[in-house]
Amino acid sequence: MRVGEVVESATFSFGAECYELHLPPPLGGLVKTADGEVDIYGVVCHAATTSLDPARSAIALGRGEEAEEDLYRSHPQLAQLLRTTFQAVVAGHRREGRVYHYLPPRPPRLHSFVHSCTDAEVQEFSRSADFLALVLASPVPGAREEVVAACLRYLSQFQPDPQAFLVAAGKELTLLLRGQGPALSSILRRVRL
Amino acid sequence: MNGEGLGRSLGVVVGGSLSKGIDVKLDEGVSVEELAEGRYVTVQGERRRFFGLITDVGLGSLDPSLPLTSPDPFTAKVLSGTGTFGTARVVPYLTLSGDATSMLEGPQPAKTIPAHFSCVREATPRDVELVFGTEDKDRFAIGNPLDLEAKVCLDMPAMVKRSTGVFGKTGTGKTFLTRLLLIGILQKGAARSLVFDMHNEYGWSGRSEDHGRVKGLKQLFPSQVRVFTLDEAHARLQQVAVDYVVRIGYGEVEPEDIELLSETLGLNERQMEAVHRLAGRFGDGWLARVLALAGREEAEGRAEQIGEHGATLAAVWRRLAALGRLSFLTPQEGAGDSVKKVLGYIDSGMSVVLEFGRYENELAYLLVANILTRRLHELYRERVARAMAGEGAEPQPLVIAIEEAHKFLSPRLATQTIFGTIAREMRKFNVTLLVIDQRPSGIDEEVMSQVGTKLICHLDNDRDIDSVLAGVSGKGELRTVLARLHPKRQALILGHAVPMPVVVQVREYGSPASYRELGYLEPAEKKALVERDINEFWPKE
Repeated sequence: MRVGEVVESATFSFGAECYELHLPPPLGGLVKTADGEVDIYGVVCHAATTSLDPARSAIALGRGEEAEEDLYRSHPQLAQLLRTTFQAVVAGHRREGRVYHYLPPRPPRLHSFVHSCTDAEVQEFSRSADFLALVLASPVPGAREEVVAACLRYLSQFQPDPQAFLVAAGKELTLLLRGQGPALSSILRRVRL
Repeated sequence: MNGEGLGRSLGVVVGGSLSKGIDVKLDEGVSVEELAEGRYVTVQGERRRFFGLITDVGLGSLDPSLPLTSPDPFTAKVLSGTGTFGTARVVPYLTLSGDATSMLEGPQPAKTIPAHFSCVREATPRDVELVFGTEDKDRFAIGNPLDLEAKVCLDMPAMVKRSTGVFGKTGTGKTFLTRLLLIGILQKGAARSLVFDMHNEYGWSGRSEDHGRVKGLKQLFPSQVRVFTLDEAHARLQQVAVDYVVRIGYGEVEPEDIELLSETLGLNERQMEAVHRLAGRFGDGWLARVLALAGREEAEGRAEQIGEHGATLAAVWRRLAALGRLSFLTPQEGAGDSVKKVLGYIDSGMSVVLEFGRYENELAYLLVANILTRRLHELYRERVARAMAGEGAEPQPLVIAIEEAHKFLSPRLATQTIFGTIAREMRKFNVTLLVIDQRPSGIDEEVMSQVGTKLICHLDNDRDIDSVLAGVSGKGELRTVLARLHPKRQALILGHAVPMPVVVQVREYGSPASYRELGYLEPAEKKALVERDINEFWPKE
């Protein structure tokens, strides 16, 4: 399903604007975009809804309204003045039918469409936990542990044996987060079933 | 190399050294609880295959910051095998293959260690067989390694070339093990044995905790064993078929024999000097003379005439009177005949067990063993000297088995008794010792260092352990192995008869099946076999 369009692009991460206000893909969710022949996978690490014009911030309008929906109905221009964007860290790519858990040669093109991944694509992508190295290495805004934990929770929903998947991913993290015991245990606490 | 016939993979080599052993990080699925020290492993290096022994198991952790205190089951599952893992220390003893020498001459001592990431596997029965051999004309199966259905074989000719020691606390199976060794020596024809059997365990029958009475050497090998006794009455009572009754003449007891007994008899240095003087004065008849004194008064009265101090002579008389009560000591000559008989049998390829009957005491044992062995020693020396001069053949290799060996071989006595001499130098004269002892620390260091093969049952005294492991490489590791031996029927074997130190579960002995494995046939079976042979050679018309 198409969820948005790339509006910022860089090697490690890309930003996209959603077509639907307030409906970004979930934190930690897997999305894909393309650079020509190469599909680029990203893990959603941040989302925001802001005013289109940075000089004019949103103000509270609903004092007289009964319900939130009524507010949007009385101010139909709101949907045009607000935008929902999200950021995704690049977690791998797919070239000639194979998934690689390292950075693609080029970042996605601006205005490339961003899709959410199908179940089969998620399963194929998460067959190995190598992508975690890339997610951990990316300059993720905010709490890195939260993003990794959310990503693992998201991916585990698509696995035939979620517990085994989480244990295997946890083992990979143990090696990646050597010397960072507190970070490791904070992630593990956030993913256990 | 394909995957068939290989043991289960345990882990990979991650470090270590030749002197301390290699460190192995265990695979994720392998729990430290499945391993045990003393277990055998093989390590496939880049060029060679190594055979080694687990000497320690441990627990490792990737980094100290890991959340190891009270983790939930999920975290524990994640961490086990990666963040936390089992480790094992393996000492590679032998190389199994890879170079020409190994292929031609079998396993060779390891002079290097496998490289990083070499795969460590459990040894299979086939690997163990490759190292410890299979039973053949020279090798005798003494038992099997712990937790493995394979045999550990002793190279009997190599064993009897040097002295052998069986050590262990009382009740740990020394007698049991010794009986098997003697059977092995007999079965493989490696040497003749002369057994000083203090507790009547080896000759006709012995005791076993599992099987009650068990067959002795004579019952298993009737044509190759002769039983001598000191105590005919006891033998008759036990219904033992005795081949010869040993007698020793007073004249054959020398002051050196008394020296060996000085502690048992309670003779001090001054009294010992008096004994030497008496022997110097009266020659062979000295003991008869002393024992003939009718009492303390007479001893004191005769002292001046003999030239001794009255009280000293009386004390010597009183202490030596204990010898007078040994009925196998007679005023007539006897030992000479006994020794000739023993030698005669040994020359004709037989082994001799000397049972002590009711004389299960130190006094009789030390005295008789020393006197007979001294005579044998003289005869052997003479024969070897003659053989070297081109007259006559070299004497048959002989193994002399003695119990309570520390009484003969203590640091104080080892330089004086004949057993010390044999332990040190008699290898050249085809005589070696089989010493059985529970206090190896009481044995002279020099003698211990000459013991070629050691079979060590459970020991827990530090000094004893130090003494048996003196000069052995990898002593620290073997110490832990030794301290954890099961107190029954397990033994650590090291030395010339085995290519590397090995812990064995000693084979069973005492059941009809065990006799049969050793080649024993019931009389009816034997008869049937003989009849079959006769029929084959001379078929009935």
